[in-house]
Amino acid sequence: MPFASGYFRTSYARDLRMIDTRTQVAGVIALAVAAGAFPLLAGPFLLDLANQFFLAVVGAVALMLLTGVAGQVSLGHAGLLAAGAFTAGILHKEAGAPIWVTLPAAAVTGAMLGVVFGLPSLRLRGLYLAVSTLALHFVVVYIGHEYETRRGFSTGILIDPPRILGFIIDDARIWYAVLLAAAVASVLLALNLLRAKTGRAWRAIHDHETVAAGLGINVPLYKLAAFVVSSTMTAVAGALFAYYRGFVSVEAFSLFLSIQYVAMVIIGGMGSILGAVLGAAFVTLFPYAIEAGMGLLPNAERYSSLIFAVNYAAFGLVMVLFLVFEPLGLVGIWRRMRDWLVLWPYKQRPLGGSK
Amino acid sequence: MQLAVNIAVLAAIYALIACGYVLIYRVSRVLNLAHGELMMLAAYLLLSTASMFSGHPVAALAASLVLAIAVGVMVYVFLMRKMTGEQVLAAVLATVALGILLRGVMVLVWSAQQQYPAQALGWVNASLPVPGGARISVAAAALVACTTLVYGSLFAFLRFSRWGIRMRAAGQNPLLAAQRGIGLHGIYALAWALATFTGGIAGMLIALDSGLDQTMVVIGLKAFPAALVGGLDSLLGALLGALVIAAAEVLLIHYVDPLLSDVVPFLVLIAMLVVRPWGLLGTREELDRV
Repeated sequence: MPFASGYFRTSYARDLRMIDTRTQVAGVIALAVAAGAFPLLAGPFLLDLANQFFLAVVGAVALMLLTGVAGQVSLGHAGLLAAGAFTAGILHKEAGAPIWVTLPAAAVTGAMLGVVFGLPSLRLRGLYLAVSTLALHFVVVYIGHEYETRRGFSTGILIDPPRILGFIIDDARIWYAVLLAAAVASVLLALNLLRAKTGRAWRAIHDHETVAAGLGINVPLYKLAAFVVSSTMTAVAGALFAYYRGFVSVEAFSLFLSIQYVAMVIIGGMGSILGAVLGAAFVTLFPYAIEAGMGLLPNAERYSSLIFAVNYAAFGLVMVLFLVFEPLGLVGIWRRMRDWLVLWPYKQRPLGGSK
Repeated sequence: MQLAVNIAVLAAIYALIACGYVLIYRVSRVLNLAHGELMMLAAYLLLSTASMFSGHPVAALAASLVLAIAVGVMVYVFLMRKMTGEQVLAAVLATVALGILLRGVMVLVWSAQQQYPAQALGWVNASLPVPGGARISVAAAALVACTTLVYGSLFAFLRFSRWGIRMRAAGQNPLLAAQRGIGLHGIYALAWALATFTGGIAGMLIALDSGLDQTMVVIGLKAFPAALVGGLDSLLGALLGALVIAAAEVLLIHYVDPLLSDVVPFLVLIAMLVVRPWGLLGTREELDRV
């Protein structure tokens, strides 16, 4: 945390460190303790919520790397999640493959699809790229749908709880540990990529492609890398989602899901991993908050059938409000609050230290 | 013969919807992904005006079209105007958000059940014989006629009228247009109004033909490849693209697999993006190429 007197790093090693100041060390320890104590205290509902949040974090971080950092827009995120989920589901159903086969298989499918989704980005930019990913989303969902009807799983594929080293993972608490590990791993991976050559290359491409090429960055390679990394992570998230729910069906991977992930990135704040986490929390908790809010109204039962629609409308409204009034997202709000608290009664931000 | 009629009707639907995408894109370089929802909103407005002006179906139609235009202007004034100066992508995402918002509101107001505006207006959707042994419903015939009319008048409007020329100028170079004294906000609002108006006609006629529920959004989205295949900034292209997409869709459904219906337009779209990203008749240099 920057101090009002100014906080100056004195070496490159210091600049690269992930956990920098003592305040940050304390924060990380506090977070770890809270995450460890949570499953002991929380009920099944809260645990399920936390698990959904961790799954969303993996997907949101992946999309943040692609869209927020490398600047390549994708409206096909749900298609990639579906690809991962269906790879796991089909391998489980057709070959009875265990989870340590299906997860890597989902990752490989994701990586290959990443190349497919990424190839148009070599020729197209901006809107046209968004449109091509949107089209690919429909293609992936169609293939999943086709599989379901051809094989007679028209309502969806059931997946048994996975078994690792003889343990059967079916308890919400064990899932909590697994998904927390996945979320933390994806955040760490993203942070590490960002402070290395790859992250700098992506940022340069985002800012200006021609200049990036002039700086000696292999633009097509790094663009494809962004797509591959992002879709691999997303496909693994999709496979985990399939195991967690125990059920795969194309209905779960609508265009609305893609939009929800894009919303996580926007609401969280473009280009920041913290933003992806905050956005994932916001979007995951939002429908439950709406439901709870509606429950407080008088005659709550009368409105219960409307919750779905209210949810949709409120979600759209929140997205519009963020786009119009707070393009920096939750991270922007958080930074402003932090600066205000730290600097009070002054107003100038110190040099550096605004990580 | 029935296949040819089906292709013509579907092409008319796609063309009528696609011209809304083209109008907005050509003038302001924004892709309106809420077009399907705006179209559906117009159809629901018809449902409401039909019960308000019961016994006067023509008055109900006119009133709902006026409302549709008002909606278009409001969308620009209250939302898209705020997005000027932001990245184009933020504007597109704003339309996505608007679409979600509208979908929720529409379910809240009109419920998610399938509705039949034709009944509310007291019209019977008869089926007419066409030479060659095929049949076409009255509403579908009206759709084809409307598409012809709308495209004819849009061509004339953009070519000869003062406002049409201003719209083209604003699309070509907003800065120069503004310096020549063209009020850009007025032009953009006009483009949005025209787009919701034409989309609204399409939505109403589809609802009159086959009922009204949430699936109309999908039709709106499927018309988008038609606009892109033809070239996003070309009206004639939209017409051509609609024909291509409709023909591909009807023929593949008939000869290969009915499940393909939702994905065919997007397959054509991908093929087009690979071969000729600027579309059949689009302007090449305007595409943001790497």
